[in-house]
Amino acid sequence: MTKENKIAFLFKTPLGHFDLDVALDIPARGVTALFGPSGCGKTTLLRCISGLNQASVGRLVVNGEIWQAEGYFRPAHRREIGYVFQEASLFPHLDVRKNLLYGSNSKKLITVHDFDYIVDMLGLGRILNRSPHNLSGGERQRVAIGRALFSEPKLLLMDEPLSALDKPTKEEIMPFIERLHENLQLPIIYVSHDMNEIEHIADYLVLMNEGKIVASGALADIQSDPNLPLVNYHDSAVSLEGSLVDYDAHFGIAKFEVHGGFLNVPSCEIAIGVKRRLKVYASNVSLSLENIKSSTIENLIPACIIDMKETNPFQVTVVLRLGRQGDGARILARITRRSWETLGLSINAAVYTQIKAVSLVRKEY
Amino acid sequence: MFMKVAVRRFSFFYLVAAIFISPTATFAETVNIAVAANFTDPAKEMAQIFREKTGHDAILSFGPSGQFYAQIKESAPFQIFLSADEERPKKLVEEGFAVPNGSFTYAIGRLVLWSKKPGFVKNEEVLKKGNFTKISIANPASAPYGVAAIEVMKALNVYDALKSKIVEGNSIAQTFQFVDSDNAELGFIAQSQIMTRTDGSGWQVPQKLYKEIRQDAVLLKSGENNEAAKAFITFLKGSVAKNIIKKFGYAIPGKP
Amino acid sequence: MMTQDLSQDVLTPIWLTLALASSTTIILLIVGTPLAWWLARSKARWKEVVAAFVSIPLVLPPTVLGFYLLIALGPNGPGGALASLWGARTLAFSFPGLLIGSVFYSMPFVVQPIRNAFEAMGDRPLEVAATLRASPCRAFWSVAVPLASPGFLTGAILGFAHTIGEFGVVLMIGGNIPGQTKVLSIAVYDFVETSQWATAHLLAGGMVVLSFCVIFSMMLIEKRLRQARS
Repeated sequence: MTKENKIAFLFKTPLGHFDLDVALDIPARGVTALFGPSGCGKTTLLRCISGLNQASVGRLVVNGEIWQAEGYFRPAHRREIGYVFQEASLFPHLDVRKNLLYGSNSKKLITVHDFDYIVDMLGLGRILNRSPHNLSGGERQRVAIGRALFSEPKLLLMDEPLSALDKPTKEEIMPFIERLHENLQLPIIYVSHDMNEIEHIADYLVLMNEGKIVASGALADIQSDPNLPLVNYHDSAVSLEGSLVDYDAHFGIAKFEVHGGFLNVPSCEIAIGVKRRLKVYASNVSLSLENIKSSTIENLIPACIIDMKETNPFQVTVVLRLGRQGDGARILARITRRSWETLGLSINAAVYTQIKAVSLVRKEY
Repeated sequence: MFMKVAVRRFSFFYLVAAIFISPTATFAETVNIAVAANFTDPAKEMAQIFREKTGHDAILSFGPSGQFYAQIKESAPFQIFLSADEERPKKLVEEGFAVPNGSFTYAIGRLVLWSKKPGFVKNEEVLKKGNFTKISIANPASAPYGVAAIEVMKALNVYDALKSKIVEGNSIAQTFQFVDSDNAELGFIAQSQIMTRTDGSGWQVPQKLYKEIRQDAVLLKSGENNEAAKAFITFLKGSVAKNIIKKFGYAIPGKP
Repeated sequence: MMTQDLSQDVLTPIWLTLALASSTTIILLIVGTPLAWWLARSKARWKEVVAAFVSIPLVLPPTVLGFYLLIALGPNGPGGALASLWGARTLAFSFPGLLIGSVFYSMPFVVQPIRNAFEAMGDRPLEVAATLRASPCRAFWSVAVPLASPGFLTGAILGFAHTIGEFGVVLMIGGNIPGQTKVLSIAVYDFVETSQWATAHLLAGGMVVLSFCVIFSMMLIEKRLRQARS
């Protein structure tokens, strides 16, 4: 990362039982997720970056611009950020259109084109004249996102934007957030305690606990890092980037190339070359010493074991690299401790992975 | 022989005891008296001596005469009314709320022109010069001292010149407060208010310049059969009461 | 002729009272709003001490307030110093003096509802405004004021109505000057004192009707505004 392409921060401030004490550089593009248990300081960190909180000690440089330093604090209203809160917090005295345009600089005049673009992307066309209390939770949150975008931010901050919504609404909104990620050249910092959301959209992941940063890196790397707690979750998974190389229209199977192998996924038609995120659950991966071709499991990828962690007294999680040379993407396999010992598996062993099910993270719309 | 002496001594003793004890031995009654606010201090002293002398309890209420007048007409529980003027007791007699011919003057108010500034008021010259911004008088609509003040100013031909400088206190007490707080440089107040004051400067307005401020008392119908009420009326007309009244700066009817 | 005089006796206090109530309300809205804002948002430890001082007129008898005002407005107090600027000795017995008295007396009735409205709004709307490039000034006028408008309305109505009914304080510092300090409540008192029952009834009755209309309309407006907000 060059200086111009990153967001560098350092914050120290009391947080109750412990202090927030973080320092990190994150990429100034894509979605960076802040993940950790409740109360670990993720929201406080986000608020420090936004300028809503003033940390006792704080430094912040965004794309080479100093927003905060020793003896200098740029207040929130002069930082080019957009902020989406957990509760939409729309202005009740303004209708949707006025809410949307509150932060936009009328001097620059958002063109009709820009306005329609964002309105369409977020599906707000039909509700522009409504008052906030006539909107559903999902509609309100979409307006909140749109409102943040209309202020033309250089950095979008989202603080658990979905956690106040029920499951159907979450699923309704997630595509809109994914679209943001794809369509706008806008770095996003996304706070969540829900790994599922993060798996959908994050490119970069920062793990926090008790006010400190535990680990940070690309999503898949963190997910499969044997030294981090993520590998031992009940629903541990790894998100892989795949691009479509073939589509079997007769059987409705899409073939994706991932780093180290190919994955077949049932799906409706997708164009060749399209990139998708594929999620592989640890519990959906089995290991065998032989290449078992006669099986309903179509995804058989040779791989190399690089680590193993005891998940509980009866199960272990194996970390593997795909590819015969063992140099591809990392995935996880959850197997019984008995099978590990019975098969005589060990670090550096070459095995075949059988991947029973692969989720296509992005839904069709 | 011994018995006769004993009886005589015992009778004497009984007689003496009876003289001292009898006042309290008679049934002690209570009388409720409405008193014009300006008469507060003399009334309190009178009530105390009244109890010592007669054993009866005089319970005093202080306030504006106008208010008492209205309340008495609405059957307020007073037996005697000591007003600040003579009109209201007369009206109560006429309207049947007081015993017939029951009103009499118990005190005559003396008007004083007073200022907190020493040497400021010597005589009527200060009014003629008009070298001040505010002059305080009691509200003539409700207080006879206010009526008197206006009479004096008219008699001295200064009323028109001073009219715009007049401020009215809603009671003689407030009138005095305006002067005492120096918000008004001088004011027409009651002599009784400055009896104990050695500061400031004042002019006792000659009686010939204003109609006597006769303060009348009246026994109300509700007190007609009240022993304590009747006793108080008697007391009020007596010399002990008169001395108290004079002591507090009022005049006695019949004397200048 | 008689009716002309009478109407002067009745109209002048009415006019004076309305003038006093409106000026007091306007001054209190201007002065009370920043005060209410500070009380709502400050973290200073002595904030509630200030709040208590503002609220003192709620519990003090008006005569006590009037007494201290008499001293403060007089030649030995700040009022006298101010009055000397235009050649007067004292602020007592004057409309400006009455205005000052009314401002103190009605302050809690204006400041409290506005403060409550600001507090009810919470921090979030202003944080949102800040993240949308609104300077604190713009955020105040475009977000805080509209959201707190029921509080402003309540404060204005209460302040106005309370000043109309003011009696004790005016009695202490007014001096009963027609056209300057003889407000409606004092006029009614005078009419009662001089047994002019008919006029007293007219004025007093009018005040009762006015008070009723004020309270009633205030409730209606508040209800509408709350419905619009929720």
